[in-house]
Amino acid sequence: MDPRIAGIKLKLSGVNRVIPVVSGKGGVGKSLISTTLALSLNRLGYSVGLLDLDFHGASDHVILGAEIGELPEEERGVVPADVHGIKFMSIVFYSQDNPNPLRGEEVSDALIEILAITRWDSLDYLIIDMPPGMGEQTLDLLRFIPRGEFLVVMTPSPLSLRVAGNLITLLQEGRRKILGVVENMARGDVVEEFTKDRDVRYLGAVRRYDEIDSLIGDVPSLLESPFSEDVRKIAEKITGL
Amino acid sequence: MHEWALAEGIMATAIEFAEKNGADRIEEIVIVLGELQDVDRDIVEFALNNLKKDTIAQDAKFVFEEEKALFQCRACGHQWRLEESKGEMNEEIREDIHFVPEVVHAFLSCPNCGSRDFEVVKGRGVYIREMKVR
Repeated sequence: MDPRIAGIKLKLSGVNRVIPVVSGKGGVGKSLISTTLALSLNRLGYSVGLLDLDFHGASDHVILGAEIGELPEEERGVVPADVHGIKFMSIVFYSQDNPNPLRGEEVSDALIEILAITRWDSLDYLIIDMPPGMGEQTLDLLRFIPRGEFLVVMTPSPLSLRVAGNLITLLQEGRRKILGVVENMARGDVVEEFTKDRDVRYLGAVRRYDEIDSLIGDVPSLLESPFSEDVRKIAEKITGL
Repeated sequence: MHEWALAEGIMATAIEFAEKNGADRIEEIVIVLGELQDVDRDIVEFALNNLKKDTIAQDAKFVFEEEKALFQCRACGHQWRLEESKGEMNEEIREDIHFVPEVVHAFLSCPNCGSRDFEVVKGRGVYIREMKVR
């Protein structure tokens, strides 16, 4: 028997809302949206956690400019690091950002371990940055955190529409809660029309912002950017849902 | 202590399992400790003895078994034991693996072919092997 499964429930019992950020397709801006959403919710006065579950492409620590040289504090579990006001956890604290190739069961094991030991204590929101695809992390979250409210990030690309569409089908078939769609690098009304067809909420558009790369690792400037301005509006909307 | 989180999981799992099976007393829990995760047995035991108070496990005995870690390379099939890789592991790396054993792939590779694609066949972490209930 795996004692960690029961531990997951205990560790998340003080978290009010869990929001996994998914997209199906890679490269649509999930990590930037997840991280900026977590920061924005915190600036609105909420206690927020950010968990990077994209093990093979972990990048939230880079966006946050987080120091990963020191292990999170150990006290009846692991206390996530406080980074710019949010509680932050990522596998990179333990892999020291070395290449860490994992196969299916190993991905699940790492995910279960992290969920079972991380002490989020009391949180208004836990934002989970998910990897692309619908592999282990997505299936494990459906299994272990059925109350998750999925936020789907899309771009107007037909490729994104197709892949995210499949993911939405998976979530709808499983009767999971879909918080809504965030359109990144917004253009035209194709994504908004898509959400109407698929009967999911359109949470808002985030404009394409060409300077975004220069703000990575610089949270104060990121929060002043037009990108964050758009994400903040979405954060405000989410708090009312 | 991280061991407390593991102990909490062990206790919650054991109680849930016993209750689901109609038992009202847990007499013994056999816990396997994988060599790779390297948990401190004394702390787990101390935590369990604290956590069992006023539960159906209050008189339970805890038995610990250590399982040696065994790796097998998926690229060339070579098998090896943790002690053969000890030279590549400093205190910091051991600590990282202690928390999330899967990061072993970030630090070790097959001594035969250099691949990081290997399986932890045995001795990964902590699990309950057996329980005696009434």
